[in-house]
Amino acid sequence: MDVTNHDVLLVGGGGAGLRAAIAVSEVNPRLNVAVVSKVYPMRSHTVSAEGGAAAVIKPGDTLDEHAYDTISGGDWLCDQDAVEAFVKESPEEMLRLEHWGCPWSREQDGHIAVRAFGGMKKMRTWFAADKTGFHMLHTLFQTTLKYDAIARYDEWFVTKLLVDDGRVQGVVAIELMSGKIQTITAKAVILCTGGCGRVFPFTTNASIKTGDGMALAYRAGAPLKDMEFIQYHPTGLPFTGILITEAARAEGGYLVNKDGYRYLQDYNLGTPQPKPVLRSMELGPRDRLSQAFVKEHEKGRTIAGPYGPVVHLDLRHLGAKLIDTKLPFVRELCIKYQNIDPVKELIPVRPVIHYMMGGVSTDIHGATPLAGLFAAGEVACVSINGANRLGSNSLPELLVFGARAGKVAAEFASRQKEPSNAVLAQANDEQRRIEEQFLRKTRGSERVAVLREQMQETMESSAGIYRSGSSLAAGAETLRKLQERSANLAIDDHTQTFNTDLVAALELSFMLDVAEAMIHSALRRTESRGAHQRTDFPARNDEKFLAHSLVTRTAGGRPRVEYLPVKITRWPPGERVYGQPAQKVGAD
Amino acid sequence: MSEKITLEVARYSPERDAAPHLEAFEVPFRKDWVVLDALNYIKDKTDGSLTYRWSCRMGICGSCGMMVNGEPKLTCATFLADYAPAPVRVEPLRNFPVVRDLVIAMTDFMHKLKEMKPWLIRREEKPLSEGEYLQTPEQLDAFKQFSMCINCMLCYAACPVYGLDPLFAGPAAIALAQRYNLDSRDQGAKDRFPILSQHEGIWGCTFVGECTQVCPKHVDPAGAIQQYKLTAATEWFKSLLLPWSGK
Repeated sequence: MDVTNHDVLLVGGGGAGLRAAIAVSEVNPRLNVAVVSKVYPMRSHTVSAEGGAAAVIKPGDTLDEHAYDTISGGDWLCDQDAVEAFVKESPEEMLRLEHWGCPWSREQDGHIAVRAFGGMKKMRTWFAADKTGFHMLHTLFQTTLKYDAIARYDEWFVTKLLVDDGRVQGVVAIELMSGKIQTITAKAVILCTGGCGRVFPFTTNASIKTGDGMALAYRAGAPLKDMEFIQYHPTGLPFTGILITEAARAEGGYLVNKDGYRYLQDYNLGTPQPKPVLRSMELGPRDRLSQAFVKEHEKGRTIAGPYGPVVHLDLRHLGAKLIDTKLPFVRELCIKYQNIDPVKELIPVRPVIHYMMGGVSTDIHGATPLAGLFAAGEVACVSINGANRLGSNSLPELLVFGARAGKVAAEFASRQKEPSNAVLAQANDEQRRIEEQFLRKTRGSERVAVLREQMQETMESSAGIYRSGSSLAAGAETLRKLQERSANLAIDDHTQTFNTDLVAALELSFMLDVAEAMIHSALRRTESRGAHQRTDFPARNDEKFLAHSLVTRTAGGRPRVEYLPVKITRWPPGERVYGQPAQKVGAD
Repeated sequence: MSEKITLEVARYSPERDAAPHLEAFEVPFRKDWVVLDALNYIKDKTDGSLTYRWSCRMGICGSCGMMVNGEPKLTCATFLADYAPAPVRVEPLRNFPVVRDLVIAMTDFMHKLKEMKPWLIRREEKPLSEGEYLQTPEQLDAFKQFSMCINCMLCYAACPVYGLDPLFAGPAAIALAQRYNLDSRDQGAKDRFPILSQHEGIWGCTFVGECTQVCPKHVDPAGAIQQYKLTAATEWFKSLLLPWSGK
C-alpha cells in the first residue's frame, strides 16, 4: 500500500479545517500540513451557512454580554472558560478574515455592518448579505492557495484513524478518482468534518454531513460529548429542508399560525411589537421556537401541507428593497425551490434538523483525550454551545477553535517522532476490510438506502424535538437491529473509479454509530435542557445533570455513558428569560 | 397509477466501457422533484452504481452541474416539470474529461484558479489592532457580483473557446481574478497582469457571452473579461510609451 507522510493532517476542508491549516503554517512554516477532504474544499457545508457570524466590535456591546447570551442560550451547559475564550477571540478572527478579503456587508461609512440575531441581546452579527458561510469559505479556501506548504487530498474519503501506543498517527483513506486505498501518516490529526444532520430524514444539512469524524474518533476510543443535543432550526422549507435564515426574522419577519397570529407570544417569549425586539418573540432561541411549533401543532393551529404541518414566515411587510439588499438568497431560494415570492407571499416553514451541539470531546485548545487527535468546528464539542447553540455563533467558532486546534496540533507535532511501523499493519487490515466487506462482497440482502431510511425514521420518531424514555429505548433497540442487519449489506458497485456506492455504505456505518451514541446519551439524561426535551422529565435538573455526557465505545461496540461537570466561571445557573425587558433593535 | 418520466442518463465506466452510452431509467414524476431527486431515486432504488456529485441541494455548493437536454444546469435547481412529459437527457458537463458516468475531472480548473492568485494582495498589511480596511457599500458593489461564483463549472461547459482550446483560462477563473482586482482593499492587480494578459488569458475570449447566460448566480464572466481586455490594452500601451512606469 502507498504511504505518504505529513506533520499535521486535517480531515475535512471546511471553515474549521482551512483555518486550522493556515494556523499550522503560521505557527511553523516548516511543518508539512495536508488537508484531506471527501469533497473539493469549497464544496464543504460551511458554504450553506447564511445569516452571519457573531463578534463584539460595536460600541455599547461587551464580551460579557456575548458570553451571557451564549451561556443562557445554551441552558447553562456551556463550559464558561471556553465561552470566555471564544467571545474574546472572535472579533480578532473575524477581522483577520476581513483582512483576507471576506466581502462583509458594510455601513455607509465603510465600517463592518452588524445585524440582530436570535438570542443575542445586542446587534453583533457580521454578515455578507445572507451568504455569509459561502463568502467565508471561499475567502478561506482562496487564501489557503497562497500557502505552498498546505498540500491537499481533494476527494479522498477517510475510513479509519490509525492508533498505536496510545497516539493517533495517521489515517487510511480512499482516493475516489482512482479507488486507491492509501495510508497517510501524520504526527497530529485534526478532525474538522462537520456535523451529522443526515442521521435524520429532514435536515438542512448537505448530503456529505454524515458524522464521519465523530464516528472515526468514537471507533478510535475518543469520547463523544453531549450527543443528545441536536438543534432543530425553526424555519426550514418543507420537502427540501432548505434553510430560511434566522436573519429573515432578525430583519423583521413574523412567524404566524393558520390564523395569522404571532403565536410565539403564547410561549413565554414576549409580546409582539411591529419592529424586532432583541431576545424576544421571533428573536428567541431556536430550541424554544421549535418547541413552540410542536405545541402550536398540538393545539391544531398549524397549517396542513403536503409534507406535514407548517406555520408561515411573513416577510411581506419588509418590502422588496430590504429583502433584495439584506436577504437576496432567501428570495432566490423561495422563488427557485418553492415557487413563492416572499415579497408578496407567505413562506411555509417547519422545524428542521440543523446543527449538532455535541461532538468529539475536546479541551479548550481543541485537543481530545486521545493523544495526537484534535478536533474543531461542528464535529467537536468544546463546549461553547451547551444545550442549544445561538445562531451566528457557529461560524466564529470555526475560526476561533480552528485556529486554536491548528496551533496546539502544530506544537504537538513538532515534539513527536515519526509514526511507528505498527500502524502500517493496521492499515493493511483496514484495506482488507474494505475489500472483503464491500468491494468484493456480492452476497448480501440489505441495501444502503433501505437501512439509511430506516435509521432516519427511527431517529425522528424516537429522538425528535420531544423525546421520552420509551421512545428512546425503542429507538435504541431498532438501531441495534439495524447495526446487525448492516453486516448483511451488499453494494451494487464493485469497481474502483469514483465508487460513490462504497462511500455511501461507509457513511451509513458511520451514521449508525453516531445515531447510537445520540440515542444512548439521550436515554440516560433524565431531565429537559435546551434542545433535549424529555416528556417524562420536563424540568431541568442542575443537581444531577449540570454535566456533560461522555459516551465511549466499549470493546463489544456498545456505548457507555459517563458524566463530566460543566465548568462554571462567573455565571451561576439561572432561568432563561426571553421577551423582557423590551429592548428594541436600532433607533427605530 | 402515478405518473412516470424517463431519464436518459449517460453511463461510462473506464473499467468496463469503451465509450459513454445512454441508459434509460423510469422514475416517478412529481412536480416538485428536480433532476437531482430523480438521480437519487435511481441510485437508491434501482442502481447504486450510478455516479454523480451532489451535496447541498440548495444551489450554493456548486457540485451538481450536469448537461440537461444539452444545456449546462445545476441539477438541484432544474425541475423535471419543465421537461415533462418528454424524456430528460442527463450527461456530464461538456468540455471536461469524464471520470465516470456524470462525474467530470475539474483538476484543470483548480490549477487555473490558483494561477490567478485569488487572494487579497497587500503591499503592506495593516495590523489587526487597527481594525478593518474601510470599504463603502459602493466599493463593495464594484466587485461583489464576481465574488458570487460558486465554481460550478457551468460556464466552462458553455464556453466554445474552452471547448477548442483547453489552455484558455476560462470564464470563472478570470471573473475571480477580477473579483480581487476590483476589490478596493487589494493591491495585487500588477501581480495578476502577466497571467491574465497572456494569450491563453483574456485574449482567447471571442465574447460569445454563453458563460454569462448559463451562470446560475448571475455572475457576468463575459463582462469581467471584456472589462479586463480594456485594462490590459491600456496597460500594454502605457508600457510601450512609458517603459519606466510602474517599476
